[in-house]
Amino acid sequence: MTEPAIHLKELCKIFRVPERESGLSAAIKSVFHRKMQEVKAVDGVTFDVSPGEIVGFLGPNGAGKTTTLKMLSGLLHPSGGEGRVLGFVPWKREHAFLRQITLVMGQRNQLAWDIPAADSFELNRVIYRLPPEGFRRSLKELTELLELGPLLKKPVRNLSLGERMKCEIAGALLHSPQVVFLDEPTIGLDVTMQRRIRSFITEYNQRSGATVLLTSHYMADVAALCKRVIVIHHGRLLFDGDLASLIQEFTAHKTIVVQLEDCQADLHAYGEVINCEDGRFTIRVPKETTARVTEKLLANLPVIDLLVEDPPIEEVIDQVFTQETA
Amino acid sequence: MTALRELNALMRLYAQQFRTTFASMVQYRASLFIWMISQVLEPLVYLVVWSTVSNSSGGSVGGYTARGFAAYYLTLMLVNQVTYTWIMWEYEYRVRQGFLSFALLKPVHPIHSDISDNLSSKIITLPILVFVAGSLALIFRPTAELTWWAVLAFIPSLTLAFLVRFLVEWSLAMAAFWITRVNAINQVYFTLMLFLAGRIAPLSLFPRWLQITADILPFRWMLGFPVELVLGRLTPTQVLIGLAAQAAWVIISLVIIRVIWRAGVRVYSAVGA
Repeated sequence: MTEPAIHLKELCKIFRVPERESGLSAAIKSVFHRKMQEVKAVDGVTFDVSPGEIVGFLGPNGAGKTTTLKMLSGLLHPSGGEGRVLGFVPWKREHAFLRQITLVMGQRNQLAWDIPAADSFELNRVIYRLPPEGFRRSLKELTELLELGPLLKKPVRNLSLGERMKCEIAGALLHSPQVVFLDEPTIGLDVTMQRRIRSFITEYNQRSGATVLLTSHYMADVAALCKRVIVIHHGRLLFDGDLASLIQEFTAHKTIVVQLEDCQADLHAYGEVINCEDGRFTIRVPKETTARVTEKLLANLPVIDLLVEDPPIEEVIDQVFTQETA
Repeated sequence: MTALRELNALMRLYAQQFRTTFASMVQYRASLFIWMISQVLEPLVYLVVWSTVSNSSGGSVGGYTARGFAAYYLTLMLVNQVTYTWIMWEYEYRVRQGFLSFALLKPVHPIHSDISDNLSSKIITLPILVFVAGSLALIFRPTAELTWWAVLAFIPSLTLAFLVRFLVEWSLAMAAFWITRVNAINQVYFTLMLFLAGRIAPLSLFPRWLQITADILPFRWMLGFPVELVLGRLTPTQVLIGLAAQAAWVIISLVIIRVIWRAGVRVYSAVGA
């Protein structure tokens, strides 16, 4: 077995934050006596990622996704546990390590605001000490894949959010990192641009063989990109496996879509009717009864078409999190 | 061999940073111009005040005539231009807004980008300031006794002055790792600088005890010393002692930066970058 590209064992991060009630007297009190509260952002997370894998990292806001990525890219010191990326301890931030990884934060810009991205790229070239031909090759490749062409010559502040994100991603990949951390790379982008970025990530992963760990709010990102997902909630690992079994494990329901002549029929006896449009009924049924209900529907009604579906992944994830809190 | 390769890589970085800084700076010509006015105005005001004082007290104050003051302040204007930094204002913003994270992800110490950015903007603005100072010289007609050795010694002393000021201010700027509002510290620092670097008046005009204080602290070595040196107001021994003091401050602040930087990054990476 090859050595994992990313390895973490019982990784923990505890933040100490000052605690204070609102109001003037509380404010005055806090000057003299600061009550600190411990927040466990990451609470014993263990997983390995093999070289070349794309793994989706899911969880609601504040689950500890970004904190984990920051530890893995060397920006945060963990409070406990082990972590290795490409055999390095990330938070030692050795230059040999930093040259092989990258972190893209969807909500932050690292390209200089006032100058064209091409100029910032040149600066990255000397910082990462890239040989001229190698740099030109990867710039050309990224320019084609992301369709950057004319964008590179405009000052970054004149670019749209989506255009800027494409440039950010290109800038972060110029040094051909072996491990790519993407923190919400599609946040705030429109659907077309999200799709473009997604197909780029797949393409890049196939071409370069780089390991990709990505967080996203958009389930479509994860569904499109990652065979394997890791779900964390309240800093703990809830699920680690492929997307299909996540759905299997956490869904109690299936959706049956039945096409009839019109919406006149009463299908309440078969399951929970969610809606009907032009004779197209959507019914939710418990997973174990799916076969039986389908059979009955086909026997009792003039069915034109019938489709059994898994619920949308958003719903599944939502279920995962509500189960945890319950 | 490795050291040479390291140096070569850094030179490339500096050269590229120059291009980037230049490209950024030309985008803001107006603010550049306004900022240059302030760089000129402060020494100019002191120059006018001290010339007036000197003229009204019999032509000389503490060994400076009006034209002596002109030489002092026009040189100071240039030395200040070469040595000044804005790092103490910028650092807090960097730490608080998390921009430092990007620097930490790069395989190079962030101080290199800061030095090269600083030098680059100086290369761009210095010619303009030389022109301004030259024009003012036509009005104020400075005099000084230039000697070849003083002019020669001025070059290392100016270089060291830049390094002392840059490194000391970079060290102090790191306070931002521990303190969320560093403005108070900056204010104290700049007040001390005003008096002890020879900005508000040449240091020889101050009482003895204040001069000794200035010798012990780094401020004089950032600004006043190269000015006094080039204007021929120091003996060769004083010059040598001064250069040694500058070198000492460079070493001290490098050590401080090394130690504090590590601790600072640990704090930064503990509370959330």
